[in-house]
Amino acid sequence: MTELNILSTIFASLSYMVIALFLLGVARKIYGYAATPSPLKIPTTPAPVSGGGVVIRMAREVILFESLFKGNKWTWLGGILFHVTFAVVLFRHLRYFTEPVPWLVALVAPVGILAGVGLLGAAAYLFVRRLAVDRVAYISSGADYFALILVGSLALTGLAMKFVFRTDVAMVKDFCMGIVTFSPANMPADPIFILHYLLVLTLGAYFPFSKLMHAGGIFFSPTRAQIDNPREARHVNPWADDVRVDKA
Amino acid sequence: MAGKIETPPLTGDKLPIPPVSPGAMANLSPNRAAEGHNTFLNFPGVRVGDWKEKAVEKMGDLLDKYKSLRVFMDICVKCGSCTDKCHYFLGTGDPNNMPVARQELMRKVYRKEFTLGGKLFPGLSRAEEMSEDVLAQWWSYYHQCSQCRRCSVYCPYGIDTAEISMAAREIMDSVGVGQKYCNEILGKVLEIGNNLGINPHALANTLEFVEEEQEEESQVKVRYPMDESGADVLLIAPSADFFSSPHIEGFTGYGKIFHEAGVSWTVSSYASEFANFGMFIGSYDTMRRVAERIREAAHDLKVKRIVVGECGHAWRVGYSFWNTLIGPFDFLDPSYRTPTHICEFTWDLIQRDGVKLDKSANDERVVTFHDSCNVSRASRMGDMPGGQYDIPRNIIKAVCNHFVDMDEETIKEATYCCGGGGGLLTDELMDLRVKGALPRANALHGVMESHGVNTMAMICAICKAQFTKVLPYYHIPMDMVASVHQLVSSAVVLGGKKGV
Ligand code: SF4
Ligand code: SF4
Repeated sequence: MTELNILSTIFASLSYMVIALFLLGVARKIYGYAATPSPLKIPTTPAPVSGGGVVIRMAREVILFESLFKGNKWTWLGGILFHVTFAVVLFRHLRYFTEPVPWLVALVAPVGILAGVGLLGAAAYLFVRRLAVDRVAYISSGADYFALILVGSLALTGLAMKFVFRTDVAMVKDFCMGIVTFSPANMPADPIFILHYLLVLTLGAYFPFSKLMHAGGIFFSPTRAQIDNPREARHVNPWADDVRVDKA
Repeated sequence: MAGKIETPPLTGDKLPIPPVSPGAMANLSPNRAAEGHNTFLNFPGVRVGDWKEKAVEKMGDLLDKYKSLRVFMDICVKCGSCTDKCHYFLGTGDPNNMPVARQELMRKVYRKEFTLGGKLFPGLSRAEEMSEDVLAQWWSYYHQCSQCRRCSVYCPYGIDTAEISMAAREIMDSVGVGQKYCNEILGKVLEIGNNLGINPHALANTLEFVEEEQEEESQVKVRYPMDESGADVLLIAPSADFFSSPHIEGFTGYGKIFHEAGVSWTVSSYASEFANFGMFIGSYDTMRRVAERIREAAHDLKVKRIVVGECGHAWRVGYSFWNTLIGPFDFLDPSYRTPTHICEFTWDLIQRDGVKLDKSANDERVVTFHDSCNVSRASRMGDMPGGQYDIPRNIIKAVCNHFVDMDEETIKEATYCCGGGGGLLTDELMDLRVKGALPRANALHGVMESHGVNTMAMICAICKAQFTKVLPYYHIPMDMVASVHQLVSSAVVLGGKKGV
């Protein structure tokens, strides 16, 4: 095995730092969401009257973006395209972190490239929409544009490696496998790849501190996650100082 | 008065989304509560010296106590889905009346005080510390939210701006900045037993009056009892039901239904109010104190069950919160739902064929139904989700021959607020109330033109009071407004059946 060069040492260390930051940051946030009590029943009704119903409601929100569909069809289209393509692209990237590559990942690979194009398009669309619709422009801050630019640039640099400046894929794979097996290998000294990877690290580090936490937060949103059964089952507020205990 | 506030002509078609017009409503804000009104509710009487620190501290406290607030502060992606869903934005064009922008007024302080990103890069995410300006914005725009939850229906994460405006009002109250309308009324209900300050003697007179009027009209005696220990049902009605039209006609109807059902009932002079403005100001303790009187009354009067009258936000408190606030109701008969909505009671009686109805009594009416926001999006009736839409409609169809719904984008879960809910039913906010009623007035105009609708029935005291006041600004007569149980009242044939 060859020595780790300086560049790879720096990036390998950065990678572990970002992974730790991501995991701890997300865990801290999720813990905060989970640990904070819900004093009252506040599902947005009509709401499911059973736990199973809530699972279905949540699935419809997370997979189909049901409420967004009700709210704005164009944004829904842009949002669905953005998230589905992002998911496919992420899935495709598993091939850099697995050996042997699972058949499903291999199967998706060609679609993955298409998804990359879709992701870039969706990010661009959502970006333009932010600028063009006066209401959305009013509420958009630097952080909102930043998130889209970040993901858009990720898609762009990724596609560039495929179509314009071919990167040494074998070396990329060795580097990635090295990271996940805790035995870092040298990374390709390819500026586009380095940029792409830097963007990934930025995204990972930024995630827990930003609105990107919507990905985990939605599961804790009481208006969507609560069962509509306040008369049937007494909901107890843990911090009320006058809690009457139900007689058994 | 009418005419001073400008209203656009109604088309009945889909409302156009107004262009954003920053600051359009910045100068509108409610009156401040007097010292005594604040202290009575255990808030500081006047603004405390270190109010900024105290406000931030309170925000931290609420973030630890309310999952909704903690999650909602973090996860908005500014997708914009909610931006055109608030009746106040549609009516005013003020961008701070877009739900997400209203939330941002709090979120910017949250970011500054509670997040790393906001501390390090305040510019990137528009983080801002608490200041005189921010407080002024809060005061104004958190009192331009009727807590109707329409925005939460369309948010991909269910972010409910109502939760945030409740929290903001609680924070303001906690530093001695209280709203007159709500805090004054809360004082009355806690002291006298109802929002209107009707004392037991006056209440007894009113009930006597209703009883006499009713008897004169129908020649059948129906009782409207007060403080009768041992009655089956304790009726908790919004106090407007004792007072003004068309509320009192609805109240008359409750009595007829109980009469036909053969159920003994009573109102309580101690707890003569269903409304609970504690919710509007976000104060759990106040809300519990107000509700507690009802538990006490039910206990003292030894009733078997509690039935509640037509009031939207109060139905939310009763249906969703009572069991938590003042439950368990183990001293009541467990075979009944606590509380039972009068519509549930009436519909049940109709289904059991326990009341004779003469629909033709309402033949001069073409009726539509206004879904009240808290009933629609924060409660249920019956056993099935959506029962809160079906049951009142079923009742109306059982007592009227002509019923038509308004545009489906303006009813049921998509219903528009009357414009006066959430503690905003006060004269100094009239400009907002009129403009906020635009989406509903427009949809109503649509069915008036297409179907000749001449009656809009509803089950909320605030909606009734608001509409009778603001519809004339849109050249719609105020006597369109009806209680659902007013229609029931007209159709009931007294003594037609023996109750079950
Ligand atoms: S719909 Fe929800 S996520 Fe979208 S901008 Fe409004 S509050 Fe934020
Ligand atoms: S709760 Fe209702 S009034 Fe408040 S912001 Fe949402 S839509 Fe507007």
